[in-house]
Amino acid sequence: MGSVFRPAANFWASLTLLMMALAVAAFSLSVWLWPHSDDARRVNWAPAQPVPFSHQHHVSGLGIDCRYCHASVEVSSNAGMPPTYACMSCHSQIWTNAALLEPVRNSLKDDRPLVWRRVTDVPDYVYFDHSIHIAKGVGCSSCHGDVASMALTYKAKSLTMQFCLDCHRDPGPRLRPKDKIYDTSWTRDATTPAPELLLAAYGVPQRNLTDCSICHR
Amino acid sequence: MTLLGTGSAIEASADHRKPRASDPIVFPAQTISSMTSTICAPPLQRNWPLWWKLSLAGALLFVLILAVAIGWLFYAGIGIWGISWPVVWGFAIINYVWWIAIASGGTFISALFYLAEVEWRGALNRIAETITIFAAACAAIYPILHLGRPWLFYWLFPYPNVMGVWPQFRSPLLWDFAAILTYVISSILFWHFGLVPDLATMRDKADAPRTRRFYGALALGFRGSENAWRYYSIGYGLLAAVMAPLVISVHSIVGLDFAGAATLGWHSTQFPPFFVFGALLSGFAMVMLVAVPVRRLLGLEDFITGRHFDILGKLLLTSSLCLSYAYLMEAFTTFYGPDAAAKRLFIDKVAGELAPIYWTTILFNVLAPQAMWRRSVRLNETLVVLISLLVIVGMWCERYVIVVMSLRRTHLPSAWGDYTPTVWDWMTLFGTIGLFIAGLLVAIRLLPTVSMFEMREVILRHARRHR
Repeated sequence: MGSVFRPAANFWASLTLLMMALAVAAFSLSVWLWPHSDDARRVNWAPAQPVPFSHQHHVSGLGIDCRYCHASVEVSSNAGMPPTYACMSCHSQIWTNAALLEPVRNSLKDDRPLVWRRVTDVPDYVYFDHSIHIAKGVGCSSCHGDVASMALTYKAKSLTMQFCLDCHRDPGPRLRPKDKIYDTSWTRDATTPAPELLLAAYGVPQRNLTDCSICHR
Repeated sequence: MTLLGTGSAIEASADHRKPRASDPIVFPAQTISSMTSTICAPPLQRNWPLWWKLSLAGALLFVLILAVAIGWLFYAGIGIWGISWPVVWGFAIINYVWWIAIASGGTFISALFYLAEVEWRGALNRIAETITIFAAACAAIYPILHLGRPWLFYWLFPYPNVMGVWPQFRSPLLWDFAAILTYVISSILFWHFGLVPDLATMRDKADAPRTRRFYGALALGFRGSENAWRYYSIGYGLLAAVMAPLVISVHSIVGLDFAGAATLGWHSTQFPPFFVFGALLSGFAMVMLVAVPVRRLLGLEDFITGRHFDILGKLLLTSSLCLSYAYLMEAFTTFYGPDAAAKRLFIDKVAGELAPIYWTTILFNVLAPQAMWRRSVRLNETLVVLISLLVIVGMWCERYVIVVMSLRRTHLPSAWGDYTPTVWDWMTLFGTIGLFIAGLLVAIRLLPTVSMFEMREVILRHARRHR
């Protein structure tokens, strides 16, 4: 009885096994690495907005404070999006006929809010509260990046659970003095008080910051 | 004549189809070549009889039901099951423990008894291992379904994820994932490795080129050279040595899944051995339940003899006695200990609303196997099948008692609740039974049901002894 397979079958059998092993390895590696990538987390992503609003122009150029538009950031879980009236407090006087601002004028006319697309989002099972972070010395830029330099608003941080936990496990070095909270270009330097001093001054409880129920209810 | 009408040495053996006490391990009329052709004949037969087609069709119907139940579960979520607070573990865990315990018999017979060098295992280990594979596959489905978000099952695996957290290494549930994964993978390897020389025989026996290529590819180029056999037996011994402790560790860890929780009736140090005993009982019962009809249907009476019935019956009885001891200790430690809630729970078990389930467990797992003390019962095919079936059902009831009873009566009477399985629970249970049967039917259709290379050794040894 002759052989069932020709000698070349050995090569193809080994090659198949090797390819299967490689496929498993490549799949595992991609499942592992892909969620870590900026593409998976949409870092640098700037979605199209109804109006191409520039934080760079309004904040750096004109010096408008974050809280002028995001008014509830100090007192509420939600930072708050400005009503059309906030835009119109200036734009009823200047650039009143600009084509770019057409959607804003329509919004006022029809009494329908502008539908901005959310850039910075966390899953619904994360109970993020802006006010407590502001009250305890976490600046806007820690999560939103240097918004004051953004011509179009883009997502600056990965916002993975790892990102949240990096700070919750060691908050001290990320805290800043009260007057720097809304300074989105701030970085820690020699004049910044020591992390321990800031932790003590803000009274940040380090015992339970990584409890599941701190973020997940 | 077998049902398949293969026409071989079997025909001469009509007189010893009934198992007898005087049976040898293999009948001396069988030579190596008659054994090989008897065992190779069924898988190489082109047309299989009606019983096989009908059983497969029936089993596949249940597989379809399983697919529907799982599909709806994925779409609608585990709210379709009967579980709720406080009975948060229901059919999924009961069935999981039941199936993984059934899987134990194969590993025990083929790995532990291989290391112990017992002769009788040669005729049974293939059937037993096949049971292990499909029972473990049925078991492995349940914890995944039970997760609630099954598509995230890989979160159980410790890998550097973007969440910045690791699984809880102190939890038996994580050990369970590792133990089951190891068990399933090594069982499959052990099964295939044990099949390689037989697949090579099938390749050489087959006529049709396609059949030869099928078995040839599965045989991985095994040619039976002296060198190949030397490495083969080393490899087989190593795998057996890995598998034998695994069967103990897997069921111990399943026991720890319960014992690790501070729940009434679970938080007990005897749970790991208790679960190993239960696993062995249902494992041996399933081997009997499958081996008895397969022996008749495929004409294996010369290889699975009265001697095997006798041994399996004794093993069933022994494991039943071990399990009875665990039941007794459960009662003893409850009343020896100080916990009033534990005593109340135990009384609820034996005299409460669900007491019939508890007493069914005792009747089927403790009392029914006692009939095996009599040799005439051990050799009676009908009774053996009946007792094995009772044990399999009894073991399911035992898991129902363990899982549901403890959860519905917690320490706080204000948190007491109830559990009623839904139609989806039952569909999943019967669906996995269909999957198991379908798997076995396909396996006996395609593969040699008895390990031929091991039978050759047995036959040679017997021939030498009788010369």
